Amino acid sequence: MRHRNKVKKLGRTAAHRRATLRNIARAMIEHHQIKTTLAKAKAARSYIERLVTYGKKDTVAARRLAFKFLQNHKLVKKLFDEIAPTFADRNGGYTRIIKMGRRQGDGAELAVLQFVGFEPLIIEEKKEKKKAAKKKKAKKEEAEAKATAAEEKKTEAAAEKAEKVTEEASAETEAEKKAEEAAPEKKEAKQTEKTAAKKEEEKPKDAESEAKEEPAQEKKEKPAEEDSKKNE
Amino acid sequence: MANPKRKISKSKGNKRHAAWKNSLQASSLSTCPNCGEPKQPHRVCPACGYYNGQQVFTPTE
Repeated sequence: MRHRNKVKKLGRTAAHRRATLRNIARAMIEHHQIKTTLAKAKAARSYIERLVTYGKKDTVAARRLAFKFLQNHKLVKKLFDEIAPTFADRNGGYTRIIKMGRRQGDGAELAVLQFVGFEPLIIEEKKEKKKAAKKKKAKKEEAEAKATAAEEKKTEAAAEKAEKVTEEASAETEAEKKAEEAAPEKKEAKQTEKTAAKKEEEKPKDAESEAKEEPAQEKKEKPAEEDSKKNE
Repeated sequence: MANPKRKISKSKGNKRHAAWKNSLQASSLSTCPNCGEPKQPHRVCPACGYYNGQQVFTPTE
């Protein structure tokens, strides 16, 4: 029986309760769907529906009444310009509560509170979130791969030097072949030979410099990884 | 001292016991029309995240 129980108290003082419902309403307007406990969803529903009714009136007075509760001009704008117009043909019942079952830990019944007719938008938002998460993961993996690659480079640095020498030799022979094939291309071939030779001279130095720089890079990458962990 | 005027009939007592016993038992499960897994009635299927033919959440694997 709900007799004499018009205000669901949610075990909070009046100020705490107002703040909670305000937060739920803000989150709802921002994300179109939120997951809370069933009791909170039911308590917040009446406030959110009232806000939508203000939005449908679309007067300055209604805007001020909505701001009184939301205390956020951006959200009031979004409510009046994006959310309320979609409910023009609907008389109440702007929100839907879907029960989710009980939460492990405290056994509270959870529910999803969502705006009716915003399902495709909600799905898109979720996809974007997933994409963002994937990007984060990919970045992490890249950083880890770089770190491991750097370690491998150190060990392989000596081996690479030897390989480069052989590559240089092969490049020279190729250039010579080209020169033989076409006389007008000789000049270009010679140039390429020169540049190749220069590059070859530079490469070993680069490898050494890289080896020196790598420890520094690792140090830079480690704090970044920690930050990403914190963000999660 | 206040005393019961009448003996509690079998019918009265049995009704009370039945009500109490049923309140202690776990609610029955229904099957999800989307994935066929058992789920609580009137709630989102925890296995596939569907309710009323609509995806409410994507379950974590």
